[in-house]
Amino acid sequence: MKYVDEYRDAKIAEAYGQTIARVTTKPWTLMEICGGQTHAIVKFGIDELLPDKITLVHGPGCPVCVTPIELIDKAVEIAARRDVIFCSFGDMLRVPGTEKDLFAVKAGGGDVRVVYSPLHCLKIARENPSKQIVFFAVGFETTAPANAMAVYLAKQQGITNFSMLVSHVLVPPAMEAILSSTLNRVQAYLAAGHVCTVMGYKEYEPIAAKYHVPIVVTGFEPLDILQGVLMCVKQLEEGRAQVENQYARSVRREGNRHAQQIVSEVFRIVPRKWRGIGEIGQSGLGLSEAFVTYDAEARFGIADYTAEEPAECISGLIMQGVKKPNECPAFGARCTPENPLGAPMVSNEGACAAYYRYRRFHLPMSSQQTQTG
Amino acid sequence: MNRPNEFNPNCPVPIQQYPQVMLAHGGGGKLMHQLIETMFVPVFSNSLLGARHDGATFSINGSRLAFTTDSYVVRPLFFPGGNIGTLAINGTVNDLAMCGARPLYLSAGFILEEGLPMETLWTVVRSMQQAAHEASVQLVTGDTKVVDKGKGDGIFINTAGVGVIEHNLTISPASVRPGDAILLSGDLGRHGIAIMAEREGLSFESAIESDCAPLADLVMKLIDAGIEIHCLRDLTRGGLASALVEIGEAANARITIDENAIPVREDVRGACEILGFDPLYLANEGRFVAFVPAPDVAKALDILKSHPVGNGASLIGKVNNESSAAVVMKSRIGATRFVDMFSGEQLPRIC
Repeated sequence: MKYVDEYRDAKIAEAYGQTIARVTTKPWTLMEICGGQTHAIVKFGIDELLPDKITLVHGPGCPVCVTPIELIDKAVEIAARRDVIFCSFGDMLRVPGTEKDLFAVKAGGGDVRVVYSPLHCLKIARENPSKQIVFFAVGFETTAPANAMAVYLAKQQGITNFSMLVSHVLVPPAMEAILSSTLNRVQAYLAAGHVCTVMGYKEYEPIAAKYHVPIVVTGFEPLDILQGVLMCVKQLEEGRAQVENQYARSVRREGNRHAQQIVSEVFRIVPRKWRGIGEIGQSGLGLSEAFVTYDAEARFGIADYTAEEPAECISGLIMQGVKKPNECPAFGARCTPENPLGAPMVSNEGACAAYYRYRRFHLPMSSQQTQTG
Repeated sequence: MNRPNEFNPNCPVPIQQYPQVMLAHGGGGKLMHQLIETMFVPVFSNSLLGARHDGATFSINGSRLAFTTDSYVVRPLFFPGGNIGTLAINGTVNDLAMCGARPLYLSAGFILEEGLPMETLWTVVRSMQQAAHEASVQLVTGDTKVVDKGKGDGIFINTAGVGVIEHNLTISPASVRPGDAILLSGDLGRHGIAIMAEREGLSFESAIESDCAPLADLVMKLIDAGIEIHCLRDLTRGGLASALVEIGEAANARITIDENAIPVREDVRGACEILGFDPLYLANEGRFVAFVPAPDVAKALDILKSHPVGNGASLIGKVNNESSAAVVMKSRIGATRFVDMFSGEQLPRIC
């Protein structure tokens, strides 16, 4: 397939692995930000091609994983209302809240629908004037423009039975939070290519300078990731800390200005709690004053939940690169995709799900056997 | 900027139990597997059910027979390449074929929703008649019920089938041996994408048609040619991955497959890339895997490739000599990974 197969060439991948091994003289720890990159790494076995000195740790860039449990509880409460059609990207339906997930709401009679685009919600709203249509707006900068456009068009078209439960998060504040932690082990970042397609990479330049970490904007195919690793390692070995763009076929330094414009018009920057990590200031998006009537939390008078997350799941440590999924005692035993302790085990972009789905044969047989139970 | 709360390793309460039936309990993945293994099999416990095959096989007065049933609840009722009627015939024909049986007689139970246009029912029934003719089976008994409007999805169909086994092979996971070759009868994923595209209004450059087809004729040709088939499995819900995991577990076999050898059409791959789906898990309605001894591979592939429903066949892997059950795949870039069942159906990703 054009634009895909040429980035999955086994011979070139092997050559990249050899080149990386040749330029690596010291141990380095790199973090890929995006859950899509994590899955590509584990699914294709990209890390198997790297020298032992290179450690890849997995970042917080999984929108499902970082959505706070309170938001899931709020979604569950709104979705269970008889006057509501609750729309979400499919990935969110399996994420456990305090008591249940959205699939359980659906099984209990709630009208929960998977949509592929937030704009589809406007069509549903027009077709169901007696219902309230609520869209669960999660994700990073990548999904923000389309979600912003849905609210913008709803206002423009006078659609009043539509609102959004917003849980948008931003990448750069999370990168800084990880780097400024005392437990940090990340020495370079593979930045998320699709986030940068929207936002560009100007905003990473001060981070690279302040913390002296190389940041390479990287794509999602095996050769993209291998090239991103090589670019990071070269910088580390040469003592440089710059922002470089591996994903130049998609990303420009200034990003997509039209997308940024609609995001800044509809949303404003707010503090946001990250599941498993905690609150990070100025790290999320909420609806701006002009669009605040489309805020589902206000519309349905949802109280400010405080949900306690129990201690066994170490998703916070995993999403900050301190631990790997298979280093969690619950992994594959008390935490499986059927009975998840945490969101990273259910999400298509979660690191734990990637390890569980693609990596179990690397584990000792004793731990494989417990996983089927 | 605020710092995060210092690494507070928290997580939500587990959802350990399922007090209600979830959609995933019918999704062909782990939850359905669990439901069958923990509720149905123990309750109805008997040796035929215990064989966990696509159908039951047994002898009556010296004749070996196969018996199977399946229900069809597809939405939309009509999709490129078929409709619920063609599925209802071919699905049951294929389950019999996977037992190595020649399909003979089918029953059909219709659960119709009040208000269904008679024209729609007529189209479905005519399709069933045509599919039965093409698969050389007769529809010999049936039942009709109508439910209140809103209590059904237009048409639900159940079919059951009986076939006769005219050879001495034991086609079952228990017959799988180390060294067996795994043949796949054609490209993957067209039915799953065809349904998804129709259901969700996704359009591609050209319509992706379901692979829905009867497989019995092809299976009979393999058997008639003397291919020593050890196991057969059609790749319906859950796709190739779930079928191989199930066989691997039932046979306690280590299966290795090569991603580069698995045919997936370019338009299906494109749809998967957009939606975040893995073609290995997409539903098919006219594809199967055959486990055969290595010396039979060339002859079996010749027969498969010369048949219209098997002309895209390929050798995709083998059964290894290790005793631990697992499916392992060599990835496109030459590394290896584990292949597991999904919990339920695949969900489209966020971005």
